[in-house]
Amino acid sequence: MAVAAAVVLVTGVALALLWAPEDADQGPSQRIFYLHVPIALTAYACFGWGAWKALRLLWTGDQRYDLESYTAVHMGTIFGTLTLVTGSIWARTSWGVWWSWGERQLVLFLILFLFYAAYFMLRFSLPDGPGRARISAVYALFGVVLIPISFLAIRLAENFIHPVVFTRDGPQMSGDMFFTFCVSLAGMLLLAGTLYLNELAGKRLDLRLRDLRESLELG
Amino acid sequence: MTYARDVAALARKDLLLELRARETLPAMLLFVLATLVAFRFALPADASERASVGLLWVAILFTALLGITRAFIPEREQHVLDGLVLAPVDRSAIWLGKVVATLAFLAAAEVVALPAFGLFFEQVTWSTVAAVALADVGICAVGAILAAMAAAGRARELLFPVLFLPLSVPILVGGVGAAVGDDPARYLAFLALYDGVFAILAWASFEYVVTE
Repeated sequence: MAVAAAVVLVTGVALALLWAPEDADQGPSQRIFYLHVPIALTAYACFGWGAWKALRLLWTGDQRYDLESYTAVHMGTIFGTLTLVTGSIWARTSWGVWWSWGERQLVLFLILFLFYAAYFMLRFSLPDGPGRARISAVYALFGVVLIPISFLAIRLAENFIHPVVFTRDGPQMSGDMFFTFCVSLAGMLLLAGTLYLNELAGKRLDLRLRDLRESLELG
Repeated sequence: MTYARDVAALARKDLLLELRARETLPAMLLFVLATLVAFRFALPADASERASVGLLWVAILFTALLGITRAFIPEREQHVLDGLVLAPVDRSAIWLGKVVATLAFLAAAEVVALPAFGLFFEQVTWSTVAAVALADVGICAVGAILAAMAAAGRARELLFPVLFLPLSVPILVGGVGAAVGDDPARYLAFLALYDGVFAILAWASFEYVVTE
């Protein structure tokens, strides 16, 4: 999976830089779109996956979902931060400012960043155990509900200067652009999946090591 | 019916405690007045009237934070929660009782804050009053469950505002929009939507927060 992620991601970047047609309005800076938007969508996917695992935890009471939910939220926060960084760079090249409150997605990610940073504070403040797993899970569920609600709120509050690419009539871009976009998105998702599995394996190993050490000390 | 009786009994317990000890409500009242006075001096003299509406919402939000932070700390410290969890009531009734009690405190603080705002700044419109009423429900519904989460951790008082503020951004948008926007009904409907969605989520998930 790691190899596949690397191959698809490199292909995506190569396509974005060399093959996709140049945007008539924005010129070469528009090419960051092929990184920025797939990263943002991947972050949503991670948060959604984390909330799904949180729901499974509350539903079944199986403790192994706790680590899976936590790792997914962790990945989502990393990709969310990257979204803020790439979005900020794009705003600088397109509009000449590092930050614009007019850009809906960026504002949403800022709120989400604050929310999920609080998730980590909450998690590290609670004593280890099933209680922590359940409370973290409930908070993660609040997160996925907050995403559409905040989106609606920002839409209500904003002046609309962000270019809207996906409308109800389907994506507003040429076939070549859309293909490049899909390759980048697949690469990002594969990358997130690889990181998720690695991180999960690492955390499980840590836990197992701790258990073994504890039983050694007791024995 | 027993569910409603349980909720009423739990809310009555909090209100009685407050009547005897008088800890939370006087603090909230003084805080909201002091905040409004502080804001008067934070605004430059030529600031637009509309800016003060935003400050009213920040004052309300912070006052609510002050009141709700304390909601579950005595329960944890004096082990009241253990008794409540063992009591033969639905656990969501504990949440609903807390929502009713904090709502009463917040409403009492606002009965003073809104006329004071009218006196110090500008007249309060009916759409603002409606927005405040709707926002209170959402603030208390989300606040009660987050306060229970925060009280379970080590940081407690510190943690609650950090948990709550990101979730309160939509409330601010709805509240300020209803006061200064062209179409208040849209923003009021949005606040009602927020209340409904988060109240259901909090009601359904509260059990998992307090179960040991």
